[in-house]
Amino acid sequence: MSSVLFDAPGPRARRRIRILNVVGALVVLGVLAWVVVGLARQEQFTADKWLPFVRPGEENIWTDYLLLGLWNTLRAAAVSIITSLVFGLAFGLGRLSNLAPVRWICGIVVEFFRSVPVLIMMIFFWLLFATSVPFVPSGESPFLAVVCGLTLYNGSVIAELVRSGVHNLPKGQREAALAIGLTHGRSRRVIELPQALISMMPSLVSQLVVILKDTALGAIITYSELLRSAQISATFFQNFIPALLVVAVVYIIVNFLLTTLAGRLARRLDRRTAGGARTAGTIPGAAPDLHSASVPDAGPRR
Amino acid sequence: MGLFSDIAELFGQFDVLGAFWMNIKLTFRAGVMALGVGAILAVMRVSPAPSLQWAGAAYVNIVRNTPLTLIIYACSLGLWGQLQVVLVRNEAGRVSIEQNTFWLAVLGLAAYTAAFVCESLRSGVNTVPVGQAEAARAIGLGFGQSMRMVILPQAFRGAIAPLGNTLIALTKNSTVAQAAGVVQAASVMRQMIEFRPDIIVAIFFIIALGFVVIVLPIGLITTTLSRRLGVAR
Repeated sequence: MSSVLFDAPGPRARRRIRILNVVGALVVLGVLAWVVVGLARQEQFTADKWLPFVRPGEENIWTDYLLLGLWNTLRAAAVSIITSLVFGLAFGLGRLSNLAPVRWICGIVVEFFRSVPVLIMMIFFWLLFATSVPFVPSGESPFLAVVCGLTLYNGSVIAELVRSGVHNLPKGQREAALAIGLTHGRSRRVIELPQALISMMPSLVSQLVVILKDTALGAIITYSELLRSAQISATFFQNFIPALLVVAVVYIIVNFLLTTLAGRLARRLDRRTAGGARTAGTIPGAAPDLHSASVPDAGPRR
Repeated sequence: MGLFSDIAELFGQFDVLGAFWMNIKLTFRAGVMALGVGAILAVMRVSPAPSLQWAGAAYVNIVRNTPLTLIIYACSLGLWGQLQVVLVRNEAGRVSIEQNTFWLAVLGLAAYTAAFVCESLRSGVNTVPVGQAEAARAIGLGFGQSMRMVILPQAFRGAIAPLGNTLIALTKNSTVAQAAGVVQAASVMRQMIEFRPDIIVAIFFIIALGFVVIVLPIGLITTTLSRRLGVAR
């Protein structure tokens, strides 16, 4: 196991690693035990706090709160995914346009919405829809605000993905297309864009994780998604910390499935495009933040 | 002229600059803390001991897949509201709710960002080709020497760009401290809109431009730095 950092270990090094391993395990277990004992001391593991999850009574924590919340989370995420894709494709192509003014306008819009916090956009749209837009039904303004905020931010990130996907293709693709007599537009549509879309697929899937995670910001603007439903249920059942832990596990499972999918896609699609399928973290200059988690297993490509 | 005088009046009534200063303070404190914790996590993940690797990977994967809002709620409503955890006391030994909330929000932001700092540092290590290490050993450098003179200098340079992106994201994420009740740009924007709903769009653009002004220089500096210091391969 020779890596950049360590040589293949000899007998002495192997013994040291074994000791380090045991010490590390003890420290980690110690920290875990400290947390668990601390929570138990504060009576967070008593039966009445956890019973609602396994044996629902009159008021059912799953069907009355958490599943409704999960449904709202998934609904907002699904709608935002579709709208951000449309936004991203439109502005990504706009940034590649032959007309300079179109390029500039799309560039300014994309850069602007990438640097404004999503929460700021959500609060703005929420209050805008609630106060100043007449045709929005009053109960729907948090939902629409969540979708608008997520669309503008993630759409801008996807626009950058489209642009860098096209830029990462070898020049020969475009030259060959022009050489056989295709116009610039046709070369973009028929040759470059399809390959760029395939190569950006893995980073697109990790962007879906970002969208799903960021729906939780809706809790701040009173959108009854998973986190807020858990919070409301906790005031009824008096079990805030258990509810938060359960919800965290739900988020982690859903996101972990998506992340694993992204890693698989990266490996499978790599062969099908001249640009190389990349994950968000490995594209220089694209998907520029910690929101867009890179896929852990895919690793950087040299 | 009406709009401008309205905006000037709003600036007089609400402490917009103070609110942005709070975002910067949150970012700075959480950034320093996240850098420390993230470095420890990165060392764990690249160490040869499987138990440490596993623990580091578990932390990163769990935290990265949890919404930041949930983590901030866990810190403010969970640690403080349920468990009465107190992070700071003033000189008189009493709990200042405002101070404590601030530090709980910093704790949440740092815990979240540390996972991304760890991955940035690790990706920096990954930019160093194995040949560099092999060449270092071939000319007779020991472990410490090859780390100090060959591997780590290159690894840090490779980590500048992802760390810069992490810092930008942290700056924007500092608004989520709203969930803990820290008064910063997001809360002041909300107060201003509720006070003057008729100029809501202008208020939004002022706050948004504030973030553009903070975020753009960070991006420019890190891009320039990573170009200047980057290792040509």
